[in-house]
Amino acid sequence: MTSSTETQAATPAPAGRPQPKGGKLSRFARAHAFQIGILVVAAFVWVLFFIGSPQTFSAFPIYQSFMSTTPFFAIMALPLTLVIIAKEIDLSFPAIMSFGMLAFSAVLTATGNVVFAFIGLLAAGLLAGAINGLLVVRVGIPALVATIGTSFFWRGVVLVITGGNGASLVPTTQTFLHPLLVGRLFGKIPMQFVWTLVIAGALWVLLNRTRRGAHVYLVGDNEDSARLMGVSVGRTKMMVFVLMGLAAAFAGLVVSLEVLYYWPTLGEGYLLNTLSSVFLGGTSVFGGTGTIFGTLVAAFIIGAINAGIVAAGMAGFWTQLIYGLIIVGSVSMQVILRKRLA
Amino acid sequence: MGDYLLEMNDVSKSFGDVAAVHNINFRVGRNEVVGLLGDNGAGKSTLIKLITGYHQPDTGEIIFDDQNIGGFTVSRARDLGIETVYQERALAEQQPLWRNIFMGRELVNRYGLMDVKRMKQETDRLMLESMGFTSTAVTADSVVRTFSGGEKQGVAITRALHFKAELIILDEPTMGLSLSETRKLLAFVGDIKRQGKSCIFIDHNIFHVYSVADRVVVLDRGTVAGEFSTKNITLDQLMEKMYRVAETGSLD
Repeated sequence: MTSSTETQAATPAPAGRPQPKGGKLSRFARAHAFQIGILVVAAFVWVLFFIGSPQTFSAFPIYQSFMSTTPFFAIMALPLTLVIIAKEIDLSFPAIMSFGMLAFSAVLTATGNVVFAFIGLLAAGLLAGAINGLLVVRVGIPALVATIGTSFFWRGVVLVITGGNGASLVPTTQTFLHPLLVGRLFGKIPMQFVWTLVIAGALWVLLNRTRRGAHVYLVGDNEDSARLMGVSVGRTKMMVFVLMGLAAAFAGLVVSLEVLYYWPTLGEGYLLNTLSSVFLGGTSVFGGTGTIFGTLVAAFIIGAINAGIVAAGMAGFWTQLIYGLIIVGSVSMQVILRKRLA
Repeated sequence: MGDYLLEMNDVSKSFGDVAAVHNINFRVGRNEVVGLLGDNGAGKSTLIKLITGYHQPDTGEIIFDDQNIGGFTVSRARDLGIETVYQERALAEQQPLWRNIFMGRELVNRYGLMDVKRMKQETDRLMLESMGFTSTAVTADSVVRTFSGGEKQGVAITRALHFKAELIILDEPTMGLSLSETRKLLAFVGDIKRQGKSCIFIDHNIFHVYSVADRVVVLDRGTVAGEFSTKNITLDQLMEKMYRVAETGSLD
């Protein structure tokens, strides 16, 4: 829309529902510009890799590898999208991955029961997320500072309790939990990929089809307006931090079960991948806008680059350079798009 | 049923050491338009935010429709029929129009999920019927940031009307409006009255207030300095009294 609305207001109203400028297709394109953009980037990256290594990229194993490793951070990037839409941030999720697994392995050692261990894992994630939420909502510490603090704290708790020693998770292969979370569906599709899609679907419904989800956008856009109109700002923020904590603990379990070992340093190296998936996916750092779909596609772009570069015969050293180019390039395009669409 | 739609009895509210309103007694009758006048810092905004549930009173009671609503949240107060058009408009400007209209009052279907389709349809209908958007470029999906000042105000007012409120509070609604937009707004206050509803109208412009209000309440330093029926006082007399309040802090 343009500033011409005022002059047009003088002319009599057309009968019936106002028709937007352009056809249905162009309206769809404008409304979903970022999602279409990220798909174009994905296609571009894929074509480059395909040209670089047609043999690798025309066979299934490379895709199986993407589906196996990308969920490790995609599972966290999805709820992090909600945190950032709400104009908050969480930097503590890598430490929560490890703290959740500490609870898992402690309960597993004590009871030998994976169900109890899984409940312990989720309880730890919930606790850590709730503490982040309380620090931000009740105490009023900016999320950046609060979650840097809790990040050190949970990592410290893990190191003090474990003494830096890991634990084997080989016994879990004898239980239903291992195939359920990291098995191969039909012998081919990694289960963690299926869970990523399930989580993405659930969060999409939450964000787009529930009132609390709608409030995530409103709170991130204008907290004061939201509060004046009766939106419970505190509860909305608590929800996003708790979801983040739960997802981080769950992702920690998926990573650990895949390698069948719990390292106390678990989570290190996941911070930037996860954050860049959210931003590459079109979520604005200023809050109020972002989509689950964008983050999901962006996570797989980030996940593909590493494996793709090696498969394309380039040295792994190129990975970070290409990450940088794609992230800076795509996000610049988003900013320009946002200005032009306004 | 009490004589008044809204009664505030001996209500006080302080922020730290500052008493924003002090032992206020304020009433709004059924089907009455009350103009609220007062200088900056007189306590108008605090008074409004006490009624809307944004602030909770320290002491005193707030009775709305025979029910004590002191301590109610904003969403409870809205459910009871108190809608407000805030000075700051309370819009989320990066969001589409339909999300702004239904902000905090999103419609859900029988499964508890948001009924996005119905909200968009309602928004389309409201755009034609109440907001006066005739431009074909604006849809329920249009982002509010791109609207003009008058259009944004139209959105805020339409939102207040849509939910069948009994009491509509307009806080500085003419601020930033063009002359014709202001005239439309004042006519709109007349509509509220004709529909049998009540209105609290706050404006710096004494002419606007006098022309639409049944009764004018003057606030000064957190208390009610006086109130007049517009039937019994001329505009000149009211202005004279306002100057006196501003200079001496008292009407006498």
